Amino acid sequence: MKRSLRTAVAATAAGFLLLTGCGAGSGDDDATDSSADGSTADDGDGDDADPGDDTPAGEPTALTVGFTAEPANLDFTTTDGAAIPEALLVNVYEGLVKLDQDTGEIVPLLAESWEVSEDRTIYDFTLREGVTFSNGEEFTADDVKFSIERVQSDDWSVSLKSGMDVVDEVEVVSPTEVRVVLTEPSNNWLFRMTTRIGAMFTPTGVDDLANEPVGTGPYVVDTWNRGDSIVFAANDDYWGDAPAIDTVTLRYFADPTAANNAMLTGDIDVIGTVQAPEALDQFENEDRFQVIEGTTNGEVTLAFNNESGPMSDVRVRQAVKHAIDREALLETAWAGRGYLIGSHVPPTDPWYEDLTGMYPYDPDRAQDLLADAGAEGVTLRFRIANLPYAVAAAQVVASQLADVGITAEIEPLEFPARWLDEVFTNADYDMSIVAHVEPRDIGIFGDPDYYFRYDNEELRDLLTAADAGTPEEQIASMQDAARLLAEDAVADWLFLLPNLIVAADDVTGLPENRVGESFDLTAISRS
Amino acid sequence: MVFALSLLLASAVVFAFMAVLPGDPARVALGVQATPEALEATRAEFGLDRSLPAQYLDWVGGLLQGDLGRSYVTRADIGPQVFDRLQVTAWLVMAGMLVALVIALPLGVLAAVRHRRLSGMMLSGASQVGMAVPSFLAGILLVSVVAVQLGWLPPGGWVVPADDPVQFLRRLILPALALGLVQGAVVTRYVRSAVLDVMREDYLRTARAKGLGPYRALVKHGLRNAAIPVVTVLALQLATLLIGAVVVERVFVIPGLGSLLLDGVANRDLLLVQSVVMVLVLAVLLVNYVVDVLYTVLDPRLRRAG
Repeated sequence: MKRSLRTAVAATAAGFLLLTGCGAGSGDDDATDSSADGSTADDGDGDDADPGDDTPAGEPTALTVGFTAEPANLDFTTTDGAAIPEALLVNVYEGLVKLDQDTGEIVPLLAESWEVSEDRTIYDFTLREGVTFSNGEEFTADDVKFSIERVQSDDWSVSLKSGMDVVDEVEVVSPTEVRVVLTEPSNNWLFRMTTRIGAMFTPTGVDDLANEPVGTGPYVVDTWNRGDSIVFAANDDYWGDAPAIDTVTLRYFADPTAANNAMLTGDIDVIGTVQAPEALDQFENEDRFQVIEGTTNGEVTLAFNNESGPMSDVRVRQAVKHAIDREALLETAWAGRGYLIGSHVPPTDPWYEDLTGMYPYDPDRAQDLLADAGAEGVTLRFRIANLPYAVAAAQVVASQLADVGITAEIEPLEFPARWLDEVFTNADYDMSIVAHVEPRDIGIFGDPDYYFRYDNEELRDLLTAADAGTPEEQIASMQDAARLLAEDAVADWLFLLPNLIVAADDVTGLPENRVGESFDLTAISRS
Repeated sequence: MVFALSLLLASAVVFAFMAVLPGDPARVALGVQATPEALEATRAEFGLDRSLPAQYLDWVGGLLQGDLGRSYVTRADIGPQVFDRLQVTAWLVMAGMLVALVIALPLGVLAAVRHRRLSGMMLSGASQVGMAVPSFLAGILLVSVVAVQLGWLPPGGWVVPADDPVQFLRRLILPALALGLVQGAVVTRYVRSAVLDVMREDYLRTARAKGLGPYRALVKHGLRNAAIPVVTVLALQLATLLIGAVVVERVFVIPGLGSLLLDGVANRDLLLVQSVVMVLVLAVLLVNYVVDVLYTVLDPRLRRAG
């Protein structure tokens, strides 16, 4: 017993030393080498990616990007969650149109061009030729008809599918021409075609969407290691320019610190969405990293219950808005990263207006409004999502409200399960905080059943007019709608979540602003 | 029999806990964007609209046939998922146990033999400190020092051993240390006290009187007897190690049972959580069974008695 034990101990110790020793060696030789280790290890396929990474001047063809939330499955037709389109849209699935990353404009993708009829109800698309799906099927007008009608069928179950309600019929004119007829003019519809509901499917590729997506995009899903990573491989038959990176690994970190550590040690090359902005200093102070800061569609919303309780009084809502010093809040809650917005519109939308001056920080005015409403010393049930930004912001809000005599009792609710149940579904709250991250989602305020419980015919008319009008009319009406929301103090927009990316300094083509639903990998390369 | 009863009881307790957890699984699975019709359809699809006893019987019935059911969230069969993750966690627990033993056996014996000398007391004190450190803290410290500061090993992640054995081992070391160091400290104390007990036995004094040195006497006559209480403790510690792995997997971003369990709870993937817990319960019961067998190997007297 003694001898075998001693042998085992010695062997183990020797093994440990060897392993750490070899790790230390490769780590010291070359700082970028360890990133090669990370990416190759993750796709479990070290041989072909290694040579590229070992010569920084050559052509590195692998990239590992860290994200927070892993998709529950790969089927966004039945499963909600931003993580699925974030990974798949544009990269694996393509639509007829997409959003330009820089300008936010709608640009051609699988459609070469399109024409809109005089009355804005008929869209004639000319399709790109020579496009194939990753299962070998050719992409034709039949697939467009199939995909659009599938959104309208029961096969799609996420409520975003309502974006396709306005489509009356889809006509296949020729294999490369398709006509979409709308029941009424709708600017929203073409925009929605850039989101997940516009993704093009083929009838032979929808059998196992949860695990095997079949699209026309520049990447295909190579392997999915549940709980860890998704590996994309370049689609050899892609119709457009082949992406510069052959293998992209999306790795998922539930813990932001773990993602930071992986970045610091070169285990990953990019953090796609930084969740701990206070930790950015450690990257900004080093030359081997770059930090990209831009806008997103994520409005961190201080939601009010407009229907019942103290917040149903507009004066109380306005008082709360005047009592909040948003600049100080942003500094404390999100390390000063992010943007102040005065309504539910991010700066990348064409109808953005700076409304941040409408409710300046003015505690005296807040107290006057409270006195006016007879609501001095009111107590609010402040039921927030237990997410980092919400918890941090809620503490600042509560302390600022205390200064004007409002007691806000913070109750963090487990997100998503309890928050969805109690705040979102039952509207059992006075105030809440959550980020609304869908693009162009101001329409949620038009729905009286949404948890804001805001019922305003005037707003709905403006939203309808914006949808039906010319591009100029759309902008004007949307601006009016955003202004109306702010005036009526339907909610407070604490700040806009920043698009924070940390990347190795040789990575280029990362999206500065996040305008759509996807994390667009197609423009990324390494110099 | 006791085995089956324990499992049955565990299944009832787990199911009851899941049933009282607030939150609508269908709503969480489908999210903010789900239509009411889709919610209804999902509830019907997974039988969430039936009475709780019916759901329970259905689940246990499936378990008996080896069918763990389908996940609400991923809509994939739970069995293969749990099996994949179990392999990861098994590596972790085994490696953690190995580290604990490598630390505890020599140090425990040393601390016992020298219990009156300064070196023995220092060892004993150090193990006390080690016990007080939770493994997630050890994990965070190891990552920040060994991985981030020194750059010797990767800070986390997982590689399947068959794909790349070297990377696999490099990524296993830190989590195994995080788990094993703390366990090692705990086990050291048990080894020390077991060896101390044995050292007071008459037969050991006889051995010393025959002229054997303290270590030789202990090795030849004492260790086997000291092993019995230590093995008992190891079995208990294995259960602790499993629980520790849940947290350590989070720190090191390892896709094991623990990560699966935590994600399952967050997503209200009730069936998945129930299955993972049952697998853990089964593992602990099996370990206890193996320990019973080990007793008889270590101590032939128990064989005769049985």
